[in-house]
Amino acid sequence: MSSLLRLATAGSVDDGKSTLVGRLLYDTKSVLADQLDAVTRASVDRGLSTPDLSLLVDGLRSEREQGITIDVAYRYFATPKRSFVLADTPGHVQYTRNTVTGASTAQLAVLLVDARKGVIEQTRRHAAVLALLGVPRLVLAVNKVDLVDYDEETFRVIAKEFTDHATSLGYAEGSVLAIPVSALVGDNVVERSAHTPWYSGPTLLEHLETVPVAPDPHDAPFRFPVQYVIRPRTPEYPDYRGYAGQVAAGTVRPGDEVVVLPAGLRTTVERIDTPDGELAEAAAGRSVTLVLADDLDIARGDVIAAAGSAPVATDELDATLAWLSEKPLRPGARVLVKHGARTVQAFVDELVSRFDEQKLSTVDYPETLQLNEIGRAKVRVAEPLPVDEYEVSRRTGAFLVIDPADGTTLAAGMVGAPLPVLRSDRDVVSPGP
Amino acid sequence: MTTAATDAATDNLAALESEAIHIFREVAGEFDRPVILFSGGKDSTLLLHLAIKAFWPAPVPFPLLHVDTGHNFDEVIAFRDHVVAKYGLRLIVANVQDWIDDGRLTERPDGTRNPLQTQPLLDTITEHKFDAVFGGGRRDEERARAKERIFSLRNAFGQWDPRRQRPELWNLYNGRHRPGEHVRVFPLSNWTEADVWNYIAREKVELPSIYYAHQRKVYKRDGMWLTEGPWGGPRDGEEVKELTVRYRTVGDGSCTGAVESTASTVEEVIAEVMASRLTERGATRADDRLSEAAMEDRKREGYF
Repeated sequence: MSSLLRLATAGSVDDGKSTLVGRLLYDTKSVLADQLDAVTRASVDRGLSTPDLSLLVDGLRSEREQGITIDVAYRYFATPKRSFVLADTPGHVQYTRNTVTGASTAQLAVLLVDARKGVIEQTRRHAAVLALLGVPRLVLAVNKVDLVDYDEETFRVIAKEFTDHATSLGYAEGSVLAIPVSALVGDNVVERSAHTPWYSGPTLLEHLETVPVAPDPHDAPFRFPVQYVIRPRTPEYPDYRGYAGQVAAGTVRPGDEVVVLPAGLRTTVERIDTPDGELAEAAAGRSVTLVLADDLDIARGDVIAAAGSAPVATDELDATLAWLSEKPLRPGARVLVKHGARTVQAFVDELVSRFDEQKLSTVDYPETLQLNEIGRAKVRVAEPLPVDEYEVSRRTGAFLVIDPADGTTLAAGMVGAPLPVLRSDRDVVSPGP
Repeated sequence: MTTAATDAATDNLAALESEAIHIFREVAGEFDRPVILFSGGKDSTLLLHLAIKAFWPAPVPFPLLHVDTGHNFDEVIAFRDHVVAKYGLRLIVANVQDWIDDGRLTERPDGTRNPLQTQPLLDTITEHKFDAVFGGGRRDEERARAKERIFSLRNAFGQWDPRRQRPELWNLYNGRHRPGEHVRVFPLSNWTEADVWNYIAREKVELPSIYYAHQRKVYKRDGMWLTEGPWGGPRDGEEVKELTVRYRTVGDGSCTGAVESTASTVEEVIAEVMASRLTERGATRADDRLSEAAMEDRKREGYF
């Protein structure tokens, strides 16, 4: 069974992102004859002499009409070495929220720049968003190298500027790779280019196939948000009571001592049930049902955690918010917070800082957080939540901010300050007891 | 029995299964009246299989809804009823014929009833006050579907607005909706056709017999092998042949074509699907060929 890599693309408008994704699909033979026929037909209708590969991925009528990508789309392709889920995210400033969406689950991101333009404002913004969301690895695809005569110096300058930027966002140098490509012609995407003899690194696909994917760490403390209580009340299972959920972090085994939060009750795991039989252990990502030794009052939203290293439930979150709504955030806003399987009422106490992704600095105590802005805030929640730092655990450190009136997702919330620049000496953690 | 733990991160199918089960349980936890759209096809059968696993050993806490065009294959209807009886499920059937009979819908000149499913679906959702509707849609099927969220909000008219979709972050699904709105939920979003078949093989999921090679009298129309049925055909000049065929998708008989195939086991089907140069929809669905944005337009109206 091949392994799975979840990746996201990002880049600004017209840098050829759809063409690159189309090229990846086309050159990995992931495009079937009828799809190519449709694209060829549409390209001819538009007066083009060769198939426009961007039409393979721009799925919406208005996208094809405008020649831009509006909404994040998910693509699937596979090679003998690996399967890929690709979140193809739009580059327009007003759609930065889609970059946040794609980045939230990505293990690697491919950022595009146009070789003629180099690193621009939007590149820096996207890199910051990717760093914030904790995407472990970046690839900079320096696209349209054919239009700068495959000039090595141009590529080197762009690669260096970007690597420096990524490093200042917290990336280690080894986790960032720049590749000179032409999506239109196909240079260094899947096939190695004869035009760039000065480039000795891998093609984009070679890199995607071989880059190490860090699995969820098995030795992290166990976390299990209870999604649903399974109580059959059938003649066959009259007294069965199981707690269904997906392991969010760490590993669980029968006999493990656990604590149920927020109540703080202790018990042990008796069994890990699945319809295919009991498991000897279940690791992060696995959906299972836990049967506990004691009959406790546990409901959806509770968290079962390793007894020795349980998180402390808190009613004040020190968090970073990526604001995704046209409606600006002002201190005092009443919102809902969804963390794990629990949704609670909340109140944004204070906006501590706003992040300036160009200057890599913060502005203190801003009056608002506008669409696509990132800031640090104090969020008071009506019931204590057992959160972890986002930097430590992407799953248990993340939450949604939801509009209680219409249900809109307003923000991506991350506990703590995942970017170094957002941390400050002026501590925003609530005063101790 | 204790089975060896598998590493979800390195086992693609296990990861997809865990994700789908997580989605089912989120819906059960957050919504009042969910329903599973069930046509008897492979995707909805897989959906049901995963729902049964998600709530085991308790019964599936949702009913099934079948929008029956009246042009279904007999084998598929028999399979549907067999599955419902086997698992003790509740089945709601919305018959397109009822809507035609009382004048709410008019038969199309081309005889296809696939587009006519939208109104019975929306009417039934309203009548039963369903607030979450599971579908077997996959993002790999079609480029408009590639844009679909796992939780996809529909307004009171059942419409999809791709420009106003909610961002979907991590595995935290936002199911909030206002009265009259509902959410379409797609637990198979991240599965490909190959994943579906490999999982069917691994789990030994039972499917309608027409997915496997069999003898059938068919005639050719618009490049597809259609079978005789109440949808009309063969017309004059359409020659009927007896061929060995199977179906890659199962839908309305008027627009679902058979492919010539001798694949009679799951393993043979997988080999065939892997070697095919056509997508399942390109091979056998006439309704997607109507225009460059046929699927998007139908989804905007409330179709799946």
